[in-house]
Amino acid sequence: MPEVVVSIGPHHPALKEPVNFKVVVDGEKIVRLELDLSYNHRGVEKAAEQRDFIRVLPLMERVCGICSHAHSTAFAKGIEEIMQLEIPPRAQYIRTIIAELERMHSHLLWLGVAAHVIGFNTLFMWTWRDREAIQDTVEEMSGNRVHYGMNEVGGVRRDLTPAQVTAALERLPNLEERIKKYVDMVNKEETMLIRFRGVGKLSKEEALRYGTVGPTARASGVDYDIRKDDPYLAYADVPWNVVTDTNGDVYGRTRVRIGELWESIRIVRYCLENLPEGPIRVTAPRNAPTGEILSRYEAPRGELVHFIRTNGTDKVERVDIRTPTLANWTSVAMCLVNQNLADLPVIVAAIDPCLSCTSRITLLDNQNKKTGVMSLDELIWRNRSRDQGQERP
Amino acid sequence: MTDPMSGVIYIFIFPGFFFLFLYALFLAFLDRKIAARMQQRVGPPFFQPFADFIKMLGKEVIDPAGVDRVIFDAAPLVALAAVMTAYLYIPIVGNSPLAFQGDLVVVLYLMSLPTIVLFLLGWLSRNIFSAIGGIRSVTQLFIYEVPFFLALLTPALMAGTWSISEIVTWQQKNMWFVFLQPIGFIIALIGLQAKLERTPFDIPEAETEIVAGPWTELTGRRLAIMDLTIDVSFVVGSALVAAVFLGGPLIPWAVTPAWLEVVIGFFVFLVKTLAVLLILSSIKVATGRIRIDQLNDIGWKYIASASILQVGIVLVMNYLRVYA
Repeated sequence: MPEVVVSIGPHHPALKEPVNFKVVVDGEKIVRLELDLSYNHRGVEKAAEQRDFIRVLPLMERVCGICSHAHSTAFAKGIEEIMQLEIPPRAQYIRTIIAELERMHSHLLWLGVAAHVIGFNTLFMWTWRDREAIQDTVEEMSGNRVHYGMNEVGGVRRDLTPAQVTAALERLPNLEERIKKYVDMVNKEETMLIRFRGVGKLSKEEALRYGTVGPTARASGVDYDIRKDDPYLAYADVPWNVVTDTNGDVYGRTRVRIGELWESIRIVRYCLENLPEGPIRVTAPRNAPTGEILSRYEAPRGELVHFIRTNGTDKVERVDIRTPTLANWTSVAMCLVNQNLADLPVIVAAIDPCLSCTSRITLLDNQNKKTGVMSLDELIWRNRSRDQGQERP
Repeated sequence: MTDPMSGVIYIFIFPGFFFLFLYALFLAFLDRKIAARMQQRVGPPFFQPFADFIKMLGKEVIDPAGVDRVIFDAAPLVALAAVMTAYLYIPIVGNSPLAFQGDLVVVLYLMSLPTIVLFLLGWLSRNIFSAIGGIRSVTQLFIYEVPFFLALLTPALMAGTWSISEIVTWQQKNMWFVFLQPIGFIIALIGLQAKLERTPFDIPEAETEIVAGPWTELTGRRLAIMDLTIDVSFVVGSALVAAVFLGGPLIPWAVTPAWLEVVIGFFVFLVKTLAVLLILSSIKVATGRIRIDQLNDIGWKYIASASILQVGIVLVMNYLRVYA
């Protein structure tokens, strides 16, 4: 069979967000993948430069609908570091609780999507039902299911009452029960095993070379977790382990995520039981001193990076968001080669892509009415020539 | 059939096409409801498949650019006609009055036609997803069809007849084939699941990969007819398995008056088809979709070998005259 280009997206039932894959296939084998990610450029970074810090936080939450807390915490953490604020431990713990609940519902959501992608809708329905318990907990704590609005520069906005803590603790045993069930299913259910094992294999060296982060990297045996390597919030006080796996395939990524569900439950339980007393915020100054900070955060999908530059006013001069999905795309394009076309959705889903959050830049050639991509060399060249005040020949 | 009117009623009203459509839509509802309850969902109300059918009949029919409209319109009707014809030879209330030697082969042949039509539709649609889906459905046909045929023909081998009705009569006298040929029964169920393109064999219409496969470009009444074809295939398939392996509508005791025996037989038939439905729905809920190359491995390595093994066992049993 000759090579055929299958264009998937931006409209396709398998895609929840707009992206375009041009898959070059030979029969059912994938030869090459061409990606077009930028369908949903929302100008978040520019909007962030025009608001003061208080108003940027809700904006940051809206970068992603699933890891909303990750973005607002990463930003608040960065600004607090520039302002050299000491955040009260109770606030740190509450942030940690929300962060881990968010990780749990994100991973359960992912497990459901991965199951749906291989046509195993029962697991999809079950995990999404169990996810509701976590969302109920978060709603009790913050009043919201998706954008929690818990963070502010200097601490958190809402305190946890003892009743909320008890209610959250009461939900955990049932969740543990369900997660135990899913561990069982992932390790024993035959159709899942044959669809996940050996699919999208990524060795440790490749995982490092392509700069993967999060569960994708950890599934290939890379022990890399910002929560351990550069502890923030309350992670340094809490006993927990980094989950890694040596399989390096979709099966490994599933095992890592399910393992992290366990760890998250442990962290949430520890934080709820050992919630320190005290204030939940400190008053932050209005302006931040001039400075640059790279705020790192372990989002459910991997390392999230916020680069923040301040200039002594109450607004950021520049904020740059690098979502974990962007870091993982290269590895997807690489491990798709020579795989079966039928495995494309599951390999793509295995990094838990969050496409609209990733869309940061679009190159637009207005004269030719074209969008395009830029190579790293070209980017560096442009940067240098701008610094030296040169124009392109 | 002495009275010509009774033949017309048999074909068109009961247990013919009218009943067939109602029962097909009812089974489609039950299938969805059972799956929904197993997945902790509410599921549709009982008239949902019927409402869907009527609604889709009224929807606009969109012709993809460059498609041969006549064939595109005709293909779903051919598929529906084929499975409806197949239905007439299967014993529903007592034995089928249209039975003849070899109707088992005819039914199996007619049941293959929807798959061929799906391939044709995929090929005609001029859509990459449809084309891939069509190729997959015909690839899958080559994998499951041989074991499925072998599994359903081995009872004929033992009963010494090519007529479904006579196989049913043979079982009434001796024993159900599900006990005599358990391997064949399992293979027949797997084959039926694959024939109806249900999980784990929904490879040709894998939603997350190729949209809806050959179904992608079907709209309006074409989609309605094709949906109905699959629902009817479900009835035909489960009735066929019920007849060949579970003794069909006949009961081993004589009941007087004769009409009561027919009525009881009809309910026995309903129970048996529902049992088949329950098994197939459970398989659907409990599995994910496998890949076509994996199906190829499993199909030819295990399922085909098992069906040949079953034929061998039956030949030995025949030689030893276990039931002669």
